[in-house]
Amino acid sequence: MIRLEINGKRHKVEVDPDVPLLWVIREHIGLTGTKYGCGIAQCGACTVLIDGKAQRSCQTPVKNVQGKKITTIEGIPERHPVIKAWIAEDVPQCGYCQSGQIMEAVALLKSNPAPNDADIDHTLSGNICRCGTYQRIRRAIHRASSMMAKGGKR
Amino acid sequence: MSNFINISRRDFLKTGAVIGGGLVLGFSVPLRYPLAEGTTPSPSFAPNAFIRIGTDNRVTIIVNKSEMGQGVYTSLPMLVAEELECDWSNIRVEPAPVDPAYNHTEWGNAQGTGGSSSVRSTWKQFRKAGATARAMLVKAAADIWNVDEAGCRAEKGYVIHDATKRKLAYGKLVRKAAQMETPQDVPLKEPKDFKIIGRSMKRLDTPEKVNGKGIFGMDAKIAGMLAAVVARPPVFGGKVKSFNADKAKALGGVKEVVQINSGVAVVADHFWQASRGRDALEIIWEEGDNSGFSTAGMREEYARLARTPGAVAKKKGEPEQAIAKAARQIHAEYEVPYLAHAPMEPLNCLVDLRDESCEIWTGTQFQTADRNAAAKVSGLKPEQVKIHTMLLGGGFGRRANPHSDFVAEAVHIAKAIKKPVKVIWTREDDMRGGYYRPMWYDRISAGLDGNGSITAWQHTIVGQSIISGTPFEQVMVKNGIDATSVEGARDIPYDIPNVFVDLHSPKIGVPVLWWRSVGHSHTAFVVESFMDELAHAAGKDPYEFRRALLTNHPRHKAVLELAAQKAGWGTPLPEGRARGIAVHQSFGSFVAQVAEVSVKPSGEVRVHKVVCAIDCGRFVNPDTVEAQMESAIVFGLTAALYGAITFKNGRVEQSNFHDYEMLRMKEMPKVEVYIMPSQESPQGVGEPGVPPVAPAVCNAIFSGTGKRIRRLPIRAEELKRA
Repeated sequence: MIRLEINGKRHKVEVDPDVPLLWVIREHIGLTGTKYGCGIAQCGACTVLIDGKAQRSCQTPVKNVQGKKITTIEGIPERHPVIKAWIAEDVPQCGYCQSGQIMEAVALLKSNPAPNDADIDHTLSGNICRCGTYQRIRRAIHRASSMMAKGGKR
Repeated sequence: MSNFINISRRDFLKTGAVIGGGLVLGFSVPLRYPLAEGTTPSPSFAPNAFIRIGTDNRVTIIVNKSEMGQGVYTSLPMLVAEELECDWSNIRVEPAPVDPAYNHTEWGNAQGTGGSSSVRSTWKQFRKAGATARAMLVKAAADIWNVDEAGCRAEKGYVIHDATKRKLAYGKLVRKAAQMETPQDVPLKEPKDFKIIGRSMKRLDTPEKVNGKGIFGMDAKIAGMLAAVVARPPVFGGKVKSFNADKAKALGGVKEVVQINSGVAVVADHFWQASRGRDALEIIWEEGDNSGFSTAGMREEYARLARTPGAVAKKKGEPEQAIAKAARQIHAEYEVPYLAHAPMEPLNCLVDLRDESCEIWTGTQFQTADRNAAAKVSGLKPEQVKIHTMLLGGGFGRRANPHSDFVAEAVHIAKAIKKPVKVIWTREDDMRGGYYRPMWYDRISAGLDGNGSITAWQHTIVGQSIISGTPFEQVMVKNGIDATSVEGARDIPYDIPNVFVDLHSPKIGVPVLWWRSVGHSHTAFVVESFMDELAHAAGKDPYEFRRALLTNHPRHKAVLELAAQKAGWGTPLPEGRARGIAVHQSFGSFVAQVAEVSVKPSGEVRVHKVVCAIDCGRFVNPDTVEAQMESAIVFGLTAALYGAITFKNGRVEQSNFHDYEMLRMKEMPKVEVYIMPSQESPQGVGEPGVPPVAPAVCNAIFSGTGKRIRRLPIRAEELKRA
């Protein structure tokens, strides 16, 4: 029995402890916003937050995350500046990689509220977008950053 | 519980729904989200196959094109909304079921998405659907008020009678409108009156793509569903000789191991168990005829073929004599490799096969082919097969397979195990699963006169036919020429008096398929690189050289000029940077690009900026046009810098993103897009941005380093400075 805390909810799952967290989230918990893209931590589509840090769930055995706080795309509130910025810039095309891109951006802005292009390049280069939405992702992160800065002043 | 609830027309009737007196179709409507238990859909007005309006004022547009990122779930509703005069914020989209009403207007009896044709092919159809519905709603209101309908107008979901200052919401009119005859030939708006078409509208699918709720094929779920992965032969054309599944079956969760014609399927409760089960299989393969196949051997064979006469695709004037007589002869050979589509969502297909029905949930671009394939495998009639088109996590042509590989295989497995099953391809399966952009080899020659003008052009193309062996063969292969093999080569726009293009279509055991921009993905590279070679050989500026030869092709010329002007062609650049230019027409649209590039001493290429000009005729959603150009540039750059599927001992050498690399954020150039205003008919947008990228970049590399790239992907070792 594996105990997990996902998006603030506790779950108990009967699963092999070595199964990657990705598949437990998708198939056992039923949250399909976290995507399978490569299985070898090369594309970032499976990115979730584990205790606030962006991690590749396809390479994370589920046994390693017991007692940790896991956040998936479904756990990011609708009013989060990153979500609002993504909508404002109409970032997604096919959309498949976007959950991972958003999770990576959320983690980046938490540790670095005003990233420059080099910071974005460094952090987001682990997340592939085959549709090529990179330019809009970059704009959306800057927009979210300034939304957060304005929000902070209020 | 099933995540999908289907409400058939009969259910509408049972719940007291009103059905339009016009075109009523026997289709069912898949809902993206489950209805809460006990709720019933509101009555609605469905004047045609594309529109349903509820008493709640909700307008549902049923879209028969698959959404794979190109924005059809927004651009096609915009066409309807323009004429329907509905409230844009009340629109929702549903994917169309498979039905002749949804056939492609240009593809005969087939429903599908491809060839950058969605807007072009629905431009009139969707506007007409909207205009007809609006006319019925206006008539309904006029009848209710007992006024002349000429005095009524429609605006933002209301019919308004100005003279008496009365208005009624569409939802209040649906019952009445549903009783009415469908009018014929309702006139469409004049383009000058467009309020939505041509304006940037927010994509309707963005909200569900940023909150994890959008359901892709990979995410589809039904009760009792199992997961399957398939061990496929290591060599194309191979077969299972024998296998031992004892170890696989001993693993927890593995339910069944079955042999199907494409390999051995391992079926389990969950994906990971199925995947571990597959690892534990012991299979002896009959590798077949392709086990000795290698890219190296193939290159030699293609190079040899290129020196022999092929099937004639174009002959204008006397090219052979003209080249022989030319003051200077220029020759070059170009090659490009096989490429995988590598959509972010690996292939997958969920099948629920019953005695009398077969339901399929998948991301497909080619519903009719897949439905027919499923019918054939299951032994059911095509009408008994229902396809739910899910969001596609990228398509690029891979999900439009006339051979229906991933759907047919899933139905085979469902038939063997008699349970609902989702077949999941791993990234490795997807990358090694074939249906690649063909490898091409091109031999090209030209003659220049004493003034540096091109007197003759001779181009021999070698590569597999995509169309042979598909239902499109009759229409698209003529006199041994697959139109897609020579597109962009036999129709070069430049004013050259003598032109010859011929083609070899060798039969090779590697499955090939259309890959975003199809034949243009290689012909533009060859033609536009070689034009650059000729410009330099003639001692002329590559932009001016092209421009002078485009007098009879004003739209090519105009985008070329626009791109050059916006890129500051001819103005100084920072040290180490150089520009390259290319222009190409495909899918009815004209695209020119200027790339700004630098090359490090290590030979590593950095693309700093791409300026892109497109003339796609009338455009629907300019923001989407811009997004598609950004997308196409990344797609083309990825191929130019990295893309290659290669073979050794019949085996694909690449397997995942570590050895089949994608462009990443840190390599993303600044992209600027300029859209040419146009009154011409709307043309393609999804693909035409791809072809000019590679030649623009390679021409920039030549300009900066003097080294000509004639083989893709670009290899750092060729550009390394000692």
